Amino acid sequence: MTQFLQTLFDGVTVGCLYALIALGYTMVYGILKFINFAHSDVFALGVWMSITIAGWMGIGAAGQPTPPLYLALLVLLGTMVTCGAVGFTVERLAYRPLRRAPRLNVLITAIGVSLLLQNLGQRPFMFGPYPRSLPTLVESGTLFTVMGVPVRVSDVAVIGMALVLMTALQILIFRTKFGSAMRAVSFNTRTASLMGINADRVISITFIVGTMLAAAAGFLYGMKYGGQAKQTADSMWVMLGLKAFVAAVVGGIGNVRGAVLGGLLIGLIEFFGVAYLSSQYRDAYVFAILIAVLLLRPEGVLGRATVEKV
Amino acid sequence: MSAIQLIARAAAVVMVGLSLVGCGKSEGGAGGGSGGGGKGAAGASNTNDQGTGDIVIGHYASLTGAEATFGISTDNGIKMAVAERNQAGGVRGRPIRLITYDNQGKPQESQTVVTRLIESDRVVAVLGEVASSRSLAGAPICQRKGVPMVSPSSTNPDVTSVGDMISRVCFIDPFQGLVGAKFARENLGFTRGATLYNRAQAYSAGLNSNFVEAFRTLGGQVLTEQAYSDGDNDFSAQLTAIRERSPEFIYLPGYYTEVVNIARQARRLGIDIPLIGGDGWDSEELKNAGDSLNNSYFSNHYSHEDTRPEVQDFVRRYREVYQKIPDGLAALGYDAARLLFDAMERAESLHGRDLASSINSTTNFAGVTGMISIDANRNPTKDAVILEVVNGQPKYKATVRP
Repeated sequence: MTQFLQTLFDGVTVGCLYALIALGYTMVYGILKFINFAHSDVFALGVWMSITIAGWMGIGAAGQPTPPLYLALLVLLGTMVTCGAVGFTVERLAYRPLRRAPRLNVLITAIGVSLLLQNLGQRPFMFGPYPRSLPTLVESGTLFTVMGVPVRVSDVAVIGMALVLMTALQILIFRTKFGSAMRAVSFNTRTASLMGINADRVISITFIVGTMLAAAAGFLYGMKYGGQAKQTADSMWVMLGLKAFVAAVVGGIGNVRGAVLGGLLIGLIEFFGVAYLSSQYRDAYVFAILIAVLLLRPEGVLGRATVEKV
Repeated sequence: MSAIQLIARAAAVVMVGLSLVGCGKSEGGAGGGSGGGGKGAAGASNTNDQGTGDIVIGHYASLTGAEATFGISTDNGIKMAVAERNQAGGVRGRPIRLITYDNQGKPQESQTVVTRLIESDRVVAVLGEVASSRSLAGAPICQRKGVPMVSPSSTNPDVTSVGDMISRVCFIDPFQGLVGAKFARENLGFTRGATLYNRAQAYSAGLNSNFVEAFRTLGGQVLTEQAYSDGDNDFSAQLTAIRERSPEFIYLPGYYTEVVNIARQARRLGIDIPLIGGDGWDSEELKNAGDSLNNSYFSNHYSHEDTRPEVQDFVRRYREVYQKIPDGLAALGYDAARLLFDAMERAESLHGRDLASSINSTTNFAGVTGMISIDANRNPTKDAVILEVVNGQPKYKATVRP
């Protein structure tokens, strides 16, 4: 029973992180109909920016007392703003010039941007090519224990923060004027432009919001795990990004609620697979689900099937 | 129908003929072309050495990446050996020149830089790597090109079975697994263990099975073997499964960056049993675990606290040059380079085959990490030490003889 609850709890926590990253994939796909492969690198950037900003502020290093909460939130804010700026720059310089180019060109550009971010991040003047210790920004102690499952402050913070951000996004998309513009551009960019919507601006802001969510996921990731963060070109970031991408596809790519559902689903499948079947096939469970969904319901769990007009 | 068959047959004959011509050509070519290269087969022999000027040796190492301290320490040890040797007049009256390339901790990159060392820098011998997966990537190239390779600290048995060009100066994992098992079973008196290993690393997966086998032979029980992969950073599912079976210790045959993260996550899950590991733990970065690794042990090649004069002398000189205490990898890098120089001095020529047979016939070479005699499988037999981690610092605990 303890193992079941522990696995459930860990699966949900990690699922929340996947969901936050998946939202970025899904939002960009919803509007531009292309997969932003550089998204996992923005997530890695988020992890490293939070290390760097905490370092600048001189807080959270090993052996130091945990800083007050508002300082941790300041680090989160700083991380989101800098990563948002990177997202904006990437969209402006790499993707916007290709707005009318074939989709394949944009896809290949995305891979190029991904490699650029990975390797720039490894330069000595950026974050360097070595793993670095993550700062302790939130009390790492156990809050309470439910049936043998230690519930830690950082886990609660991850779930809570993820819920707050997802709710904010939901409100932004469905309750604001800008959200209507986003949905209009996603529905039909050209018609939306004819109605007086500045499509370029909407796309820019979508990118900024998406990368900010990935940055927040990066911050939460660092807070949850602590320990050592690997350099930006390490394969682990790509793998995490891929799993989040699978989450977006499983939930129904282009669908915001689907991304959240997909993230939780992938997190749970991964953790229950490892705990109850075998830890040998951790990644295989995730990709097996992807294959199953693509075969049985290609539009994803919450996605709507569309007919391509030829 | 028959016409098509005829054409096909003719084409096949022409192709076989062409390939034969190709073989003949490269066989006669200088500088080692194709050649054997299969398991244990006699390979080509390079003629990179020109007989005058600097003797060029190569080193490929993970100077960056998740196992960066492995490469940096080893390179420091080798550099020190080269500098000392050059000060004493070099080898065969010629100075040694070391070329080191970074492989970023990646097997593919290892293949690229080893090829570059041999083809473009024309090295007479290659030193490297620490991680067995990367040695296994570089070794077949050295074997094929006929360039001797000495691995300072790859412990997976498969590394030297690539061929007669490949040797090492450290013990191998069947012994290291036994050392860990004996220590857990006899010194700590444990009978119920669990393991957590990296299935993507030859070192980790190999050492895991060696340990499990040895521990079972000694009458212990391995309750569960859990695995992770290179890209994983969340070990809570595996650790939860381990916790469920309540073992007395966990064997962690991985590399230090992951070990630090696993230890922290284990302690958070309330798992406070000892963790036991192998030489992959050996890094100054172990300090990042804080107190999570207290009450944990790992097997290693040497301890800087060893009172033998060779060791204390080495530690003193290393600290003068690098201002830090040498870890086991620095000591093995130093030994590998010095063993290579010793073999070069004795060799008939510095061409691949002569140098390799000289390396392979090394007996009773006094290294910092112990007496090194290369056996018929090109592996030495050496003592191992058990170190205890105290607040991230390794402290000498015991010596285990083969």
